Amino acid sequence: MHVELQDIQKSFGPVKANAGISLKFESGKIYGLLGENGAGKSTLMKILSGYQLPDRGHIILDSKPVKFASPANALMQGVGMVYQDPLDLPPFRVIDNYLLAKDKKLILDYRAVIKEMKTLLGRYNFDVDPDYLIESLSLGQRQQLELVRLLAGGAEMLILDEPTTGISAEQKDVLFESIRRLAYDEGKTVILVSHKLDEVQELCEYAYVLRRGRLAGEIDVPCRTENLVEMMFGQIPIREVRTDQALGEPVLELRDLSIETHSLMVQNINLQVKAGEIFGLAGLEGSGQKLLLQACAGLIHPNKGGISLEGADITPWSFHRRQGAGIAYLAAGRLEEGLVAGLSITEHIVLAQPKHDFMVDWRAARELTGERIKTYQIVGRPDSTADELSGGNQQRLLFSLLNSPLKLLLLEHPTRGLDIRSTDWIWNLLNQRRQDGTAILFMSADLDEVIERSDRIAVLSAGVMSRVVNARETTVDELGRLIGGQA
Amino acid sequence: MKIKQPIRLIWPLAPILGALMFTSILLILFGARPEEAAQSMWRGAFGDQSKTLSVLAFWVPLFLASTGLLVTFTAGLWNIGVEGQIIVGAIAASWVALKFPGPTILLIPLEILASMIAAGLLGGLIALLKTRGGVHEIFGGLALNNLAIILTNYLISGPWQPPEGGTFRGTQPFQIAALLPRYADSRFSPISLIFALIAFGLVVLALRGTFWGLKLKALGKNPRSAFLLGVSSEREAILAMMFCGALAGLGGAVRVLSWFDSLRQSISGGIGFLALLVVMLASTRMFWVPFIAFFFSAVLNGSISLQLRTQLHSSLGGILTGVLVLFMLLFGNPDVLGIGKRSKQEETDER
Repeated sequence: MHVELQDIQKSFGPVKANAGISLKFESGKIYGLLGENGAGKSTLMKILSGYQLPDRGHIILDSKPVKFASPANALMQGVGMVYQDPLDLPPFRVIDNYLLAKDKKLILDYRAVIKEMKTLLGRYNFDVDPDYLIESLSLGQRQQLELVRLLAGGAEMLILDEPTTGISAEQKDVLFESIRRLAYDEGKTVILVSHKLDEVQELCEYAYVLRRGRLAGEIDVPCRTENLVEMMFGQIPIREVRTDQALGEPVLELRDLSIETHSLMVQNINLQVKAGEIFGLAGLEGSGQKLLLQACAGLIHPNKGGISLEGADITPWSFHRRQGAGIAYLAAGRLEEGLVAGLSITEHIVLAQPKHDFMVDWRAARELTGERIKTYQIVGRPDSTADELSGGNQQRLLFSLLNSPLKLLLLEHPTRGLDIRSTDWIWNLLNQRRQDGTAILFMSADLDEVIERSDRIAVLSAGVMSRVVNARETTVDELGRLIGGQA
Repeated sequence: MKIKQPIRLIWPLAPILGALMFTSILLILFGARPEEAAQSMWRGAFGDQSKTLSVLAFWVPLFLASTGLLVTFTAGLWNIGVEGQIIVGAIAASWVALKFPGPTILLIPLEILASMIAAGLLGGLIALLKTRGGVHEIFGGLALNNLAIILTNYLISGPWQPPEGGTFRGTQPFQIAALLPRYADSRFSPISLIFALIAFGLVVLALRGTFWGLKLKALGKNPRSAFLLGVSSEREAILAMMFCGALAGLGGAVRVLSWFDSLRQSISGGIGFLALLVVMLASTRMFWVPFIAFFFSAVLNGSISLQLRTQLHSSLGGILTGVLVLFMLLFGNPDVLGIGKRSKQEETDER
């Protein structure tokens, strides 16, 4: 099937996720779709698979413009997508899940369907027992099941979103083999959405690269990895905005830290951050940076290893105990994790004070708030609620809530969604903190920011930490390769 | 749509008017005359002094429980268990009244203390079940409500049954010294009203003026952020539930020591659930609580004698309050009149 996307546009509020993207896909070929987080890949693929509608633009299947009302409708017209989190029903048996979308008759013909399903599974060497419960399957098996379900539903184009995240090496080989078979023997069109450059090089014939909602480039693969990295991250001249700072004693020390969640294993992290140092963590979303920060903050507890603050072991300490000891954590979701919608600026300031009387002295609190509003240049009144503020002002409010002195400051995406002025302002603030001897550990999806602002940088890729690089000597290129899992 | 401040202030009256109109239409459809029903209700509630005192006597425990619920609602906790807390408070007060002879001056503080401690502990237990056991406070509360009712029935028909034999209706009347002094042969005890007013004042002060109140407010609006700002969610949840339980328990004590004179089978009579409705209606407007509670008390007491005067069943009062709550939930907030409109948050969530 020949698929064409014409000038696809999609905005979420002020953010243009897709700013007019046009792509073409031929049948019998495997395409890679590359881009960093927020580049617009997911939005574009959700549009192509009928999950959401574009604001503007057309989808053309075999030179016929179509509109998808839903993913099921898209599948009926031949487009199916395997999501990172499969759209199946965990408490169901495999066969029931398979039947659900397929058989609309009153009496289900299990025998015929099991036979049909087994044939399909066998054709691609998939190993799934139709009688098993979905929740007992591995992610790889659930993926296989989704693929089979889509094929049985008549998919001519298959979109796979980060299919190798969380599956075993063996399952990956089976998957790649089946993808090749689907494209080359059966003439299907396959799109692999991925950030793993190796895999795109290995499997795909042609790659599209998105950046900031636009098509940044297209190229035949395999190709030089540098070309892909450059298209993904762009080449922007690096400004030197780092202040030089004599570093003090180590403040934070991580020893063989391992964190396990159901979807990711972060293993054997060894790291030291010194007083006055800014340490940047790069990597794609969900590679373990956030888990690492949360473990340092005491929000999650590691499976193995230790955390020290100024030489003292704080591994078993709770979040609040660490907070009292001078560790602060600012999460990315400002109104979800940090501010309370409906509470005023004054109320936030009072809550965040390190010491409290039983009664609140509201007059003094309002005065203090007035000062903080001035110091932190927050556009708002003492009784403005947090949700009335703009994103930049919410971030300023969060920073105004930090106590002094701080030993360690942990930051998730400190300037995400902020304009240049606010960004610079926040970093001025952080540089002041660093002069006071605070150790800063932050994560950011913006590689330029990581390089410009940090002293040292480590990259996390699928839970594995790279070597630590000196920010003054590294390049976007080098980090890009580390993000792609190359040493 | 921006709504002006004065309209916003009197907005709670809109659902009340709506509910009155709806109930009137209902009455007309059944061939009754609304003005007659209203008149008869009014006379039932305020027709003579004893009726008015009855309304007051019913109002006090309701007011107390509602006041307690203000605390848990602020903390974002659905304390359905308030009914059980009233019952347990009543049981604890009855225990003192039945087992300890003594002068009024000693017995009443003891009874009140016992009721507040027992019900406070019950509230704390529900909170513990939530924080440590992962049992949502609604389910924990419902379960303990039932246990409290069963405990009452067991006590009435077993250990505390009157000497002449168990009737399943109640214990024998308490010693006179154990009862709250009542006004002019009625069920209304002025002291209990003083308790309620003090409790309400304390709660308003706690929620508006103390750091604890601010922590509860933060917790109720966003537990995650509150935690990150340094609020210990477990401790505050337990304290809030105990606080509410203590006030509800005091309400229970008032029920046995002034409304009745003994522990009865349905000692609360659903006052806890009614209090939940009161606080839902008031939402963030604390000062409405005593008035809404009083309105409920008047409507329910006024409709008791409805059947005698008109051909209408006394459940009309229940219908009116029920409709009122529904209308309040539907139209109570002037900002969300566009029902079914999706919020901005939901839209961004879909990204």
